Amino acid sequence: MNAPAAPIGPPMWLLAEVTYRCPLHCVFCYNPVDFARHEDELSTDDWLRVLHEGRELGAVQCGFSGGEPLLRDDLEVLIAEARRLGYYTNLITSGVGLTEARLDAFKAAGLDHIQLSFQDSSREINDFLTHTRTFELKQRVGEMIKARGWPMVMNVVIHRLNIEHIGRIIEMADALGAEYLELANAQYYSWALLNRDQLMPSREQLRRAEAVTDEWKARLAERMRILFVVPDYHEGKPKKCMNGWGNVFLTVTPDGTAQPCHTARMLPGLDFPNVQEHSLRHVWFESEGFNHYRGTGWMKEPCASCEDKEKDYGGCRCQAYLLAADPDAADPVCPKSPHHEHVAAALEQAETAAPSTKPLIFRDPKESRRLCGQD
Amino acid sequence: MDGTPRLGHGFRFQWEPAQSCHVLLYPEGMIRLNQSAGEILARCDGNRDIAAIVADLEQAFASPGLRPEVEAFLTMAIGKRWLRLDAPTP
Ligand code: SF4
Ligand code: SF4
Repeated sequence: MNAPAAPIGPPMWLLAEVTYRCPLHCVFCYNPVDFARHEDELSTDDWLRVLHEGRELGAVQCGFSGGEPLLRDDLEVLIAEARRLGYYTNLITSGVGLTEARLDAFKAAGLDHIQLSFQDSSREINDFLTHTRTFELKQRVGEMIKARGWPMVMNVVIHRLNIEHIGRIIEMADALGAEYLELANAQYYSWALLNRDQLMPSREQLRRAEAVTDEWKARLAERMRILFVVPDYHEGKPKKCMNGWGNVFLTVTPDGTAQPCHTARMLPGLDFPNVQEHSLRHVWFESEGFNHYRGTGWMKEPCASCEDKEKDYGGCRCQAYLLAADPDAADPVCPKSPHHEHVAAALEQAETAAPSTKPLIFRDPKESRRLCGQD
Repeated sequence: MDGTPRLGHGFRFQWEPAQSCHVLLYPEGMIRLNQSAGEILARCDGNRDIAAIVADLEQAFASPGLRPEVEAFLTMAIGKRWLRLDAPTP
């Protein structure tokens, strides 16, 4: 066992992934590819207890996400309890299914903040990417959020199929009164990895998108903050995944499995505790799953002797597993990784002008079952 | 400097036992506050104007002449949008 050197502080975030159900079918969905194997959901009482225990551990931010969290009809009960316990409460939603009445209930429950995720500002691509006609709805939802006095925070996942529209996306966010806009380049795990050939932009596309974003940043400086998140593939820099394993985030998945990130369950040989059997205190401080990759003691070369190891903690464990078939390896986006050629090849392929002819794989339960061999 | 400071849009101010300090919470983040920042922000409730806040602090800590320090903090906090300043009522 690798004992972490530094004392373990409290988690700052409790991420409650309350359901994997979702009306959308995003091709970059961050839910595990085999999500359909984990259909069980915690009861309301279980979630209330989890909220309580997380707050006792010292978590201050509580995020409700999914899937689409609106599909839990006890969401307002959970939000109200989280708010009462002193969390800053965040709802991360696509807005599908959000009504005036529901928003009023969230307001009464004390919800602090809503992050609305958009797929694109252009109706066609949006509908294409989500398989549903959701664009106008989101526009309406954005207005409803704003009208109730919430800060308007938007997130748009950027990829090859919408990156050319980035100026339009920013313009639309501004028209909706967004105060904060995150333009997050797709990260290639889960569904986005399956669709990587179709989703990864070329260097030139990325460069142009950043330049356009910079122009808008200058123009809108007074009323909107824009964050452009560069993909780690192109940067050639492993990111400090989840701000350090078991350092900031405690994620509880729909069936109660607690993990340091959304997708850690895929890692072989690690046992993640379920909140139905263990307290969050045990989960955070004592469980093997949370302790295993804390700190730097678990590393092998080239990370173990690397001067940047405290900066990025060797990058993302899931990416190491997915690309190098070794969860202890350096994240292959790192040029020092012996598996970096895999990333380099994907980048090269993205340079070709011809669009990939592979069909996109849309996230849905049937595909999920097919992909994990259950259908 | 004059007027009535109140918390900025989307910010929440509270005491955090696990951090042993006052904090400001905002969408997806947290700022830990030192003691003097905590004492000042605790009084920025949208009812007290700057003069009242200064008088209150000077009395609570039995230390006169706090106005410059309070103003410096308020200027910084308004710049960061932790606080908004309502204009003084004529
Ligand atoms: S990324 Fe899309 S499909 Fe996946 S949970 Fe979010 S809204 Fe649903
Ligand atoms: S070798 Fe490991 S620690 Fe060093 S930069 Fe690469 S991933 Fe990070």
